[in-house]
Amino acid sequence: MTHTESHITDYRVYGWVLLALLVLTTITITVTWIDLSALTVLVALIIASVKSFIVLRYFMHLKFESRLFTVFFVMVLGIYLLVIVLTFFDYLLR
Amino acid sequence: MEMNRDDEGAKLGMWIFIFTEILLFGGLFLVYAVMRNRYSDEFHQAAHQLNAFIGTVNTVVLLLSSATVAMSITAVRKGEKRKGVLFILITLLCAGVFLINKYFEWGHKLSIGLYPGSEMMVGLKHGYILFFSLYFFMTGLHVLHLIAGSIILTIIMVRIQIGSINAGNNVLLENGGLYWHLVDLIWIFLFPLLYLIT
Amino acid sequence: MAETITHSYLENTGRYKGILAWLTSTDHKRIGLMYMYAMMVFFIVGVLLGELMRLELFRPGQQFYSAQTYNGIFTIHGIIMIFTVVIPGLAAVFGNFCMPLLIGARDVAFPRLNLFSWYLYILGAAIALSSQFLGNGPPDTGWTFYAPYSIQTHTNVVAAVFGAFVLGFSSILTGLNFIVTIHRLRAAGMTFFRMPLFPWSLYATAWIQVLATPIVGITLLMVIAERWLRIGFFDPSLGGDPILYQHLFWIYSHPAVYIMILPAMGVITEIIPTFAQRRVFGYKAIALSSLAIALVGYFVWAHHMYTSGMSITARWVFSLLTFLVAVPSAIKVFNWVTTMYKGSISVKPPFLFALGFIFLFMIGGLTGLSLGSLATDIHVHDTSYVVAHFHYIIFGGVGFAFFAALHYWYPKMYGRMYNFRRANIAFGFLFVGFNLLYFPQFVIGIMGMPRRYFDYLPQFTLGHQLSTIGGFILLIGIIIMLVNLFSKKGVKAPDNPWGGKTLEWTIPSPPPVENFDELPVITGEPYYFE
Repeated sequence: MTHTESHITDYRVYGWVLLALLVLTTITITVTWIDLSALTVLVALIIASVKSFIVLRYFMHLKFESRLFTVFFVMVLGIYLLVIVLTFFDYLLR
Repeated sequence: MEMNRDDEGAKLGMWIFIFTEILLFGGLFLVYAVMRNRYSDEFHQAAHQLNAFIGTVNTVVLLLSSATVAMSITAVRKGEKRKGVLFILITLLCAGVFLINKYFEWGHKLSIGLYPGSEMMVGLKHGYILFFSLYFFMTGLHVLHLIAGSIILTIIMVRIQIGSINAGNNVLLENGGLYWHLVDLIWIFLFPLLYLIT
Repeated sequence: MAETITHSYLENTGRYKGILAWLTSTDHKRIGLMYMYAMMVFFIVGVLLGELMRLELFRPGQQFYSAQTYNGIFTIHGIIMIFTVVIPGLAAVFGNFCMPLLIGARDVAFPRLNLFSWYLYILGAAIALSSQFLGNGPPDTGWTFYAPYSIQTHTNVVAAVFGAFVLGFSSILTGLNFIVTIHRLRAAGMTFFRMPLFPWSLYATAWIQVLATPIVGITLLMVIAERWLRIGFFDPSLGGDPILYQHLFWIYSHPAVYIMILPAMGVITEIIPTFAQRRVFGYKAIALSSLAIALVGYFVWAHHMYTSGMSITARWVFSLLTFLVAVPSAIKVFNWVTTMYKGSISVKPPFLFALGFIFLFMIGGLTGLSLGSLATDIHVHDTSYVVAHFHYIIFGGVGFAFFAALHYWYPKMYGRMYNFRRANIAFGFLFVGFNLLYFPQFVIGIMGMPRRYFDYLPQFTLGHQLSTIGGFILLIGIIIMLVNLFSKKGVKAPDNPWGGKTLEWTIPSPPPVENFDELPVITGEPYYFE
């Protein structure tokens, strides 16, 4: 069992990532001032997903880990989303 | 029993634990989705009661704390022990700010009698009751995770200081960091879904 | 052979003596046995509760105790049997004991976490059982804790629910441990497709444990919050939706059935090739069907809810998905039978139990199809037909597989043999008693006997009486089996009493503390018979 030398990310990368996350937060707050009616939730969720993607990829190092972790994460997410879809087969069509 | 250290295995274990946490909150998000679908207008009105300013401050604070945890890993790997400790200290301070904000936010709601099971709450419209119940349940569970994460990070900080987490052995720091990012990740969804739907 | 490795894991060499040496041990083999002892205690309690119900149902009307007591008994019978016996079940006992042996590892990936899981298990079971003695009396909701009744009843639901929550946490940690172990600690040369099939089934099981249990965890916390704080998620008077509870509950509790049955299938897949002395037929199909069951099993939960009032579309969607999950299960059965074809079969007790498993599982599975189909389900929903069906799966399937595994690995566990003749007699009693106990319940179920009823109409009397008699024949079988295994020491067991080909048979019985003197290197398939 060997442990490979871990990847060292530069401080500046995290600085930029933080900046990007703050910009996205600003955007998500700003769009609430515009009335998008039904699309509000969708926009909020898309921005939140982009933020999560950045957090997962850089802060949580998925970019530098073995591909297996990413595969597992996508699988878990897929299963969860399918559960929601199936539940709404009940709630939307009742 | 002599076992070789297996950082990769430790990280895999941590990720699987994170999956379970995501699904734990996933159950709540499912309830949120169902109830919001049923009472979408009332959810919008009820969300006016939440203080979006405090929510925004807490978002910024958590993002910052996530960045500093990540930076402390860089510091420890470069062998810069003092910086590593300092970054975690900043993270813990951010957690403190988050908790103080939460204290005032919840304190205000409790003082006007808005909490699950209160006479005022039971008398509200159904959509309002469910919104506030979800608000208290979700943010409450999130705060519990934040407190747990703070305790873990405090232990990690001490261990960096005494040198048992160092440039060659830092998987505990990395896993503690993963947990902290999870706390951030959940808030990234809680914030718009609770505070920004007005 | 080095000095340290020659000690059997059953001897105490460490700091502590006696029971403390066990309670502080992180050895996967000892933890496996500790699970087994605890589980057997719970199992016997659960069986006795079951017999109490059968006694009460021997005749229509009240015999021995009140209807409320009956409600309490079937609830705690379910809680004990489901949460403390069959959910940890084969994975916790034989998974812990055998999986590291089968993949050629010295222990699981996180041995201390493994011991912690066991303590959580004991703690959770203690909390769940405390519901019987504390508060306003035993819960009477059934093990499913359906809202809104579980929110309204004055009985001690919170303790039972919280106990189940803690047990779930234990189950998650075991699953996590197994996934990492299988990924990281396989012997050199053991690719995934050279891994024996019991670890394969444990791997699929572990993923369900990890991905499904959190959902019920949060749901149970919601029930507690409903009772203490009135959050209203499931309470219609506050705008909540009781059907949502059923969704959340079954999102876990249906996959939980696969948590129970997949390791059972894995054990059977180990036993059949050994006693037929033939390589397993369709190795890859069996391995992958475990994953398929785990995956598809996640999306069929609402077939428990056809009569709950959910949308028509959801009903047929879930019915369709339910039929899909029958396919990988059937693949396994066909492969077992084909493995036996033209084999040189020796009918020893483990093989007998495995055959019993296949027979009973088939009945349970086929009656499951009629429950998965919309129209027939509505006729027999909440009747004793359902009771019979899931006992065929859970007891006839998981239970018999557990007994099979116990008889199969007993020589490895204790380094002793047991009496074959008595084991066969026990099997006879168990098999006859089991069928007599549950088969009549199919019949009276179709005739209209509701489940969970304390009293019944006279036309169901014969069925109930046969069932009760069967229950006691079954009890005799259990006693004979346990006495045979645990009353006195048999002759010393050889390292490989059955002629098995997997790695656990290459080491001494009982295994040394560190399992392998030198970690094996794998060069071929796991089931290679001449």
